[in-house]
Amino acid sequence: MTGIENLLLEHQQEELTNRELGFWLYLMTDAIIFALLFATYVVMFSNTAGGTEPAQLFDLSHVGWETTCLLLSSTSFGLAWLAVQADKRQTAVLWLVVTCLLGVSFLGLEIKEFVDLINQQATPQRSGYLSAFFTLVATHGLHVSIGLLGILVMIGQLIMEGRTAPVISRLFRLGLFWHFLDIIWIGIFSVVYLPVFIR
Amino acid sequence: MPMNHYPESTLRDYLTGLVLAAALTIAPFWLVITHPLKSGATFALLAVCALVQLLVHLRFFLHLRISHMDRIWLGALLFAGVLILIMVGGSLWIMWDLNMRMV
Repeated sequence: MTGIENLLLEHQQEELTNRELGFWLYLMTDAIIFALLFATYVVMFSNTAGGTEPAQLFDLSHVGWETTCLLLSSTSFGLAWLAVQADKRQTAVLWLVVTCLLGVSFLGLEIKEFVDLINQQATPQRSGYLSAFFTLVATHGLHVSIGLLGILVMIGQLIMEGRTAPVISRLFRLGLFWHFLDIIWIGIFSVVYLPVFIR
Repeated sequence: MPMNHYPESTLRDYLTGLVLAAALTIAPFWLVITHPLKSGATFALLAVCALVQLLVHLRFFLHLRISHMDRIWLGALLFAGVLILIMVGGSLWIMWDLNMRMV
């Protein structure tokens, strides 16, 4: 390898490291947005405006399944990352497909929950409580949808381009995003769903 | 080529993370479904489980180790943490206080 090639590779690596830091900073700002949506939810908690009480709106087993999908998808993403590190491209694609299916199941469950709520007249405009609920949970769901799009793109890039440094870096950043969304979900089931069932 | 500047991750990490996270998820669901404790204690345990699970995810899924982390990554994380404490803690404090005055 000539000196010039080495320099170019070093430059590329430095650029990717910078992008990874940039993505980390973005995730921190996203964490702040979610923290404030959580604060809004807690403040709005008793403002149900005479509508159905939260304990009647939610179904714990439904939330349990959503949690299971997301936790398993976080693990399967990890397995895809390990496969890429070990130079096993097909295994990596397979685990990404599994992650994608789990993510789609999560999203399907969430949409079903929203449709059921809306059919019970529990719409976002019904009360301050429901506005806060839908804003928080749907913002997370929107992030998951974007993450799923990212996973599809990465499956394509792994197949078309293979294990190049930029592809690995993008997969690393997508992994940060995906694991971050699972962390937000811990907050959602612990703050939004579980406390309303405490007697 | 220095391809591997990424945090070290192993299968063992992900599986440990999965088992711990599952346990820390099942525990609060179980507490809420079977009601073995008073509501105050259940609230406290819910908060503890969530915070520990947050740390488990950061360590085993995101592979963050304080000793091996780039200073600037750790700095951004801590700064976001401080901002969240001030903004969320402050909002809840003020709203709680105003709520008391209204009744």
